[in-house]
Amino acid sequence: MNHLRVKVGLGSCGIAAGAQKIYDHLELIHKNNPEQWSLEKTNCIGICYSEPLVHIEFNNELYIYGNITPVGSEQVIESFLQHNTPPSAFLVYSTQLAASENNFINNQVKWALKNCGIINPEKIEEYEQMGGYQAVLKIKSWSSDRIIDEIEKSGLKGRGGGGFLTATKWRLAAKQNKKSKYVICNADEGDPGAFMDRSILEGDPHGVLEGMMIAGKAIGATKGIIYCRAEYPLAIKRVQIAIDQAREKNYLGKNIFGINGFDFDIYIKEGAGAFVCGEETALIASIEGKRGMPSKRPPFPAIKGVWDLPTVINNVETLVNIPTIINKGAENYAQLGTEKAKGTKVFAITGKVKKSGLVEVPMGTPISTVIYDICGGTADGKKIKAVQLGGPSGGCVPAHLLDTIIDYDAIIETGAIMGSGGMVVMDESTCMVDVAKFFLAFTQSESCGKCTFCRIGTLRMLEILEKITNGEGELEDLEILEDLALEIQSNSLCGLGQSAPNPVLSALKYFRDEFEAHIIDKRCPALQCSALIKYEIIADHCVGCSQCYKVCPSNAIESDANKIHHIIEENCIRCGACYDKCKFDAIVRS
Amino acid sequence: MHIEKKIKIKPQSTDYQVDIPDLEKIIIDCNGISGGLIPLLQRIQDRFTFIPPQAFKLIDKELNIPESESLGVATFYTQFKLNPTGKYTIKICKGTACHVQNANKIFDVISEYLQIKPGETTEDQLFTLELVSCLGCCSLAPAIMIGEETYGKLDDRSVISIIKEIQDRESK
Repeated sequence: MNHLRVKVGLGSCGIAAGAQKIYDHLELIHKNNPEQWSLEKTNCIGICYSEPLVHIEFNNELYIYGNITPVGSEQVIESFLQHNTPPSAFLVYSTQLAASENNFINNQVKWALKNCGIINPEKIEEYEQMGGYQAVLKIKSWSSDRIIDEIEKSGLKGRGGGGFLTATKWRLAAKQNKKSKYVICNADEGDPGAFMDRSILEGDPHGVLEGMMIAGKAIGATKGIIYCRAEYPLAIKRVQIAIDQAREKNYLGKNIFGINGFDFDIYIKEGAGAFVCGEETALIASIEGKRGMPSKRPPFPAIKGVWDLPTVINNVETLVNIPTIINKGAENYAQLGTEKAKGTKVFAITGKVKKSGLVEVPMGTPISTVIYDICGGTADGKKIKAVQLGGPSGGCVPAHLLDTIIDYDAIIETGAIMGSGGMVVMDESTCMVDVAKFFLAFTQSESCGKCTFCRIGTLRMLEILEKITNGEGELEDLEILEDLALEIQSNSLCGLGQSAPNPVLSALKYFRDEFEAHIIDKRCPALQCSALIKYEIIADHCVGCSQCYKVCPSNAIESDANKIHHIIEENCIRCGACYDKCKFDAIVRS
Repeated sequence: MHIEKKIKIKPQSTDYQVDIPDLEKIIIDCNGISGGLIPLLQRIQDRFTFIPPQAFKLIDKELNIPESESLGVATFYTQFKLNPTGKYTIKICKGTACHVQNANKIFDVISEYLQIKPGETTEDQLFTLELVSCLGCCSLAPAIMIGEETYGKLDDRSVISIIKEIQDRESK
């Protein structure tokens, strides 16, 4: 009679925060009285900032304990067992009690993440208990058109960033009269600052498999490939476990689910590290074992894809939504959101924000609601300067536009893009020139080199930005930047090149004054660009402890007769080591 | 962090001892797999920690894939290394979230402490340093990965103590 279920959140993020140690510790104690409680694994529920997390189900209520240690979690369990009451220390979420993160969870609408952090992703039975694999059975006798009509009714658009109607892609592939077709799950989540797909693959791998099966049935494909980046070893492991379990139950293979003539199998293809492979045609080249370089469209992959066969490529989040749409009804999905953007969207909120984690909200929700109401604003109360959306292909939404709603068109109007769901919060201490340079350095190094403007144009732009952050910029550089940006946008073949200049353009649009401060005043307002800042020691605050002197790597600190320290300007390399070390606030940056 | 030249086209380690029969076997086993060049290179790297220069000639001989093509693929993807790597690869995340949370500092202290730059290996063959675009652990920024283990919420002190711990373990 187990009435106490203990689950440890073992996602990549949880493990990095120490969840495995908790699990190992609890496993040892659990051996002592295995009858009284059960110990299980689950994945991240999205409260990443409070990890590691221990979930406790007790009398049909859920209690989540966070920022917890192995010993702390043992005490929590003991309190449940001995006193039958949930302790309040470490409690972050509860369905019954008031807790610090109740708002964070309760303000979300979970479709794509509905199983993440709830089920054990390594057990197919738990997925089935949540209604898993019912959607495939529901569409068992449906025609291809009927399935695609249903998805069309839901209004689901590609969640990887393109925002293309999923049903349109499927219909085009379904029309092709070929015996062999492919469904590819694009799990090459390369946007720095985004981890929605990793979390879904780790937390609900069967949901993705079921989505692929339905796509396979709709377009008449017999093979599925999950193209996953190698940086996600845990996701690959969990998906492989899920595939093996599904094969064993004949949910994959020949005549799956006993449906005559429905053959479908899935295998994983590990990416080898190239951001451009997130682009459809490059991804196909990579699967075929070639350099992942994009090619011209048309022909679209839905007509001529992998090995020249019709191929539908959908993102992880798109696919995991499919079974739920079939189960709960397309109308219900379409009720959420705006006229042109239906359903929900998952965002990975990171950066200078208080509660960093995964958030799923209906389309049409203002960005400010996500940042302030759900994620609690900035960590240290500093003013938000901007929110970056869409990673290296996107742009910044400045603070005064944060009431913009989450909708493909509304976001494009600000100069950013919806992207795949990365939301990076930046406060006053973030230098926008430096951020623009950061993104451009990324796309520049990831450019495959096929198109001249992308290959060389981005390098020239990067050199100019380096020049500006080094305090050597000239005003006309800004015009050259804009000029180059437009050329790169219009002369590149694929999305990587076409969107590479976006972060720079949007920073120039809203934060031109910061660029000008770097160029004209030789000053970095956020005090980030090391070439433009100066360190000084305030004699009144200095106690002569020599800590700064010891840590200085360039012999730039000396002390006078009274043991008060000074910085020798010409020796200083502006590394900031002394600034970090000083406990008396005697060193200032200007 | 300045712009890193991430690709070293010329393999440097021709004197490295490679178990050729083993290499041959891996290559022959991959014959006939469609799109198999990338998985083949991944297998070779799993076995040898890098792609030995001899591999390209052997792939040409056994699978009829020209050296230019296999070397082209090997240099295109960041995963493939043309030089031996250390026992542990330290991947420093330079994703957006880590960048705004001062990942540069983490890079500086590691690089200073181990006296290696990205792509280089320590003399004792223990650590190789690498910069990666995102580890997907953004809420734990700044983060690094050593081997298959991820470490988050680092600062200049904790990161060095993690590395020291491994050094201590290995010296025993």
